[in-house]
Parts: sequence; C-alpha cells; structure tokens
Amino acid sequence: MMHFEFHVEGGNFLKAGAASSQLKKILKQLNVDPKTIKRVVVAMYEAEVNIVAHAYKGDIYIDIDTKKIEITLIDEGPGIPDIDLAMKQGFSTASSVVREMGFGAGMGLPNIKNNSDELTITSEVNKGTTVKFATYLNQ
Amino acid sequence: MEAGNFHHALKIREDLCIGCSHCMNVCPTEAIRVKNGKSVLFADRCVDCGECFRVCPVSAIIIDHDDFNYIFDYKYRVALVPAVFTGQFPEDISLRQIHSVMLDLGFTHIYEVENGVEILAESINEYTTVHRDIKPLISSFCPAIVRLIQVKFPALVDNIIRLQPPLDISAAFLKKEMLAQGIPSEEIGIFYVTPCAAKIAAIKDPVGESSSHITGVINMDFLFNKVFRQVKQKNNQSCAVPLSGKLSGKATCWALTNGEARHVQGRCLAIDEIHNVIEFLERIENEEITDIDFLELRACDESCAGGVLTTSNRFLTVERLRNHADLYREENEPLHPDAFRKISSEKEYLKNRITIDPIKPRSILKLDENMAEAMKKMEKVNRIMLLLPMVDCGICGAPSCQALAQDIAQGEAGIQQCIFIQKIMEQKGEMSLEDSVEVMRSIWGFGKTNKYRDIKGI
Repeated sequence: MMHFEFHVEGGNFLKAGAASSQLKKILKQLNVDPKTIKRVVVAMYEAEVNIVAHAYKGDIYIDIDTKKIEITLIDEGPGIPDIDLAMKQGFSTASSVVREMGFGAGMGLPNIKNNSDELTITSEVNKGTTVKFATYLNQ
Repeated sequence: MEAGNFHHALKIREDLCIGCSHCMNVCPTEAIRVKNGKSVLFADRCVDCGECFRVCPVSAIIIDHDDFNYIFDYKYRVALVPAVFTGQFPEDISLRQIHSVMLDLGFTHIYEVENGVEILAESINEYTTVHRDIKPLISSFCPAIVRLIQVKFPALVDNIIRLQPPLDISAAFLKKEMLAQGIPSEEIGIFYVTPCAAKIAAIKDPVGESSSHITGVINMDFLFNKVFRQVKQKNNQSCAVPLSGKLSGKATCWALTNGEARHVQGRCLAIDEIHNVIEFLERIENEEITDIDFLELRACDESCAGGVLTTSNRFLTVERLRNHADLYREENEPLHPDAFRKISSEKEYLKNRITIDPIKPRSILKLDENMAEAMKKMEKVNRIMLLLPMVDCGICGAPSCQALAQDIAQGEAGIQQCIFIQKIMEQKGEMSLEDSVEVMRSIWGFGKTNKYRDIKGI
C-alpha cells in the first residue's frame, strides 16, 4: 500500500493538472496497464480542475495497492447544493472567465463517474465538497 | 534495466569520448550515464533522436551508416534522396547539377523520397475518415517520435496512424518498377540518403513492418560533402541527365513543419522539436486537450530541414524548398522518357501494402514488471530522494537526482556516487578519502580526477 498527498490551490489554472501529471508518472512507474492509467488520470484531472475552478483550496489523498487505486479530494469551497443536478452532463456553474479558459463545460462529474468504478460525493454548502472514487486494477 | 535488442544508429566511440557529460544532460529520455570517464547508452531507452550527436564537442557520437563502396555490390544503384538534400545546396546549384554529379559518383538512378507522398496523402485522409473516433491521430512520419511514444507514452501507441511513411512507399514502388523492367532482385540496390539517425534505426529495425526494401543507408552530410566538392570542381552547367519527374509543391514541403498537417482534413496541428512534442503529448495523455483530429509531430526543430545530418542552416533549407514548391507547375514538367513512371500508376498496388502492423508499447518508465515489486522499488526511490540534494549536478554520472535514485533502486548505482553524500560520509568517518576518490574515478575516469598538481600559483 502506498500513500500520496497533493495540495491544490483554488483559482490557479497555471498549476491545474500538476497533481494528475504526478499521479500519471507514478502509475507508469508501477507498470499499471496504460488503459487503466488513462481512466484514472482523466477522472483525477477532472476532479482536480473542479477544485481549481470552484473551491478556495483542496487536498488530494491517493492510496494505491495492487488491487485498486483510491483517490479522495477534499476541498474548502462553496459546496454543491444539488449533487444529482451537478451529475447531469452539461450542467455547470462555472463562471464565464473559467469557461473562456476551456474549463467548465459541465462534463466534470459525469466524466469522473464514467472513468471510475466507485464514486461517492458528499458536500456541504459554503463548507466544501469531498469527492471519493476508486478504480480497480486487473479486472 | 533490461537489456534491449534495439538497433541504434547512434554509437558512442569510446576511444574518442572524453566523458564531458554534455550528451547525458540533453538526452530527452535520460538514456545516457557516465561510467569510467565515458558515456554509456541504455539501449532500451534511446529513441535515436540525435540530440546527443548535436552537442558532442569531440564528435565521439557517430551515426553508423553503410560504406559508400557498398553501392558497387549492386549492378543497379538507386539513390533515394529526400527533398531536404536538394535544400542543402545554394540556390545557384541546380537539381540537374546535383543529380549529374551523383550519377558520376556511381549511382545509376536517382529518385526523390517524397514521390511517395502522392500515394500517402490520399491514404491519410481515408484513414482519418475511418478512424475518426481516435483523437488525435498521430503521424507515423518521424521514426524518433514513434519510438518516443513507444517508450514514454505507451498509452498513445494506438493513436499512431498505421500507414507507411513516404520513404517505404517510394522504395516499394522502385523495387516493383525495376523488377518489372526485368532486373533481377539481387542486382537492385536502393540506398537512402538520410538526414537523421532515427531513419537508419527505422530501416535496420522497423517498427510495425517485418522488413524494408532499402538496401543501405548513406548519411546526408557525407554525400553532401562528396557532391558539393565535385560540383565546385567541375562547374558543369550543362548536363543532360534523365530526371525523374519533379516533386509537386505538396511533396517538396512534406518533410518540413506543417508539410503534412496542412493537407489533412479536420483540426490539425504541427509540432516540431522533441521537447515541444513531449510537453504536448503529456497534455494529450491527460486528455487536457481533446478535440484535435491529427497531429504532425517531428523530433527536430524545423523538422527534417533541421535533421542532425544536415549541413545547411535549417531556415535557409526551408526557404529554398518553399521557393521550389512555389515555382512548380505540373504542366511545365514533362516526364523524361527514361525516367520512372509516375508513382500514381501503381497506386492500387502501393495502397494495398501501405498498412503497417500495430505498434507495441515498450515502456521505459516502469520500475518492475510486477506491480508489488515496482511499489517496493518506488518506496526505495522515495527514501533515497529524501537524502539527495536535488540540485541535478550530474557529478554522480546520472542526469538528475531522480535518475540516480532510480538507478540505485534498480541495483545499477550506489548512493555513495552522490558527492554530497560522500562529503557527509567522510565527515562522519564512514568513508575514507581513498574510497571517495576511488568512487569519483569509477565515474569520471583517472584523467579528470588526477589533474590537481599545484593550485598555489593560479
């Protein structure tokens, strides 16, 4: 079992994706199947950009063993009032500035769901959101 | 690191290498280490991009081509030359002069590589239509890029377009034409004039193809010197030689940056220079960039005009070729009766053979085949990293602290190779001065560690 932690700054799009790139490098070194790496990294990237786009700051905790990769993203931010609505493709509360940068198309949460085997989202308005997802290996 | 069986055109000449580590520091795949005062290549990591060749101050890195006299083993000797070869010469030297000198040197036929473009351009657009679900499709043109993707971006191997580059198409056409003229196969020698090392590796050890029609390879800088000297000495302005048809504008510029991308349908992007390519592929792999249809990726700045074996300034080469392309008018270029037929006359035959096999990933990044073992090694790497100074000085003979940590975890290096660790070990009495000098010698050789005489007079 290996554990990794990353910190994410809200609003800094220059660094958006840095943690995902690190994770990708780790998974390549661990000889994880390229297709699995792709799924995990895509889900992680979406979740990481969500923090940058919506929250003030966040932390990412990653646990890897030979069976699965489990990623938990905990942010301090506005929270999601209606998670079911946010899970709908195309729904987005991102500002026009964020959209102009090519983010905020409303694909984020559905994309995480499509690229993971387990997903739970808990959120408290004006406090923050916790996104937890897992991807199984060799299945 | 596992021993690879990959053919590399790049070789380090131990007798010339001074162990200056310039090559180690520029290698984009961290394939070089310094041991015993000499550069050593990890064969499975090298993609034959030639960055090391460019920076070597003593020409100790060589690109292994065939002996020129090898062409005379064949009765029919075809020079398969890329358009950038013509671009090497000043504008006042004509294509005719260049070709007539090449015939004097012993070739019996001259054919330009980019003729194959006439077949390929159509096939690429058919391919991108059929495979439009794969985004982005990546050109198979540059062999260094194909290898880079195999070793560093294994998840993207299926994005590489499985079509032969123009070189292979032209070689297949030549072979068929000459066989059709009744020439026995063993009398045909097809010699490619290469602007880079990667093309040689691709011919001697093809990826996605079982064998090549190309008999041998001649380095472009070598042939340029030979031809330019003769042109200067003979100064023959008038020479009637059977030319093959002139290249179209599209074909002339195909090997330049944006040569492919501007002829492919959809959203296309052209990126040259290997570090630019690596940066972009990182983003593609993360799916940060998603809606590009076609990527033209080239390892050299200004693509083949900047190949490591070119002599002329790459920007001037590009200018010349663009001028040639602008001047081309198909109706002004009648085909000489002795020239090869137009390549389009064998279109069906060539298109039926244009597909290459799936390209297999061969990741250099994995620490171990077995994931549990890889995790153990990664933990070891992480523990070692905490001890290293993170200045990437290269004194240990590895290009970065990370590379040394990985070498140690793989059992290929020792932590006392780090000069900072050595100092601390000496201070604590855990390492003798003699041992530390010995370690330095094992990395940098005797010469560099024995230069000290008397510093008082400096």
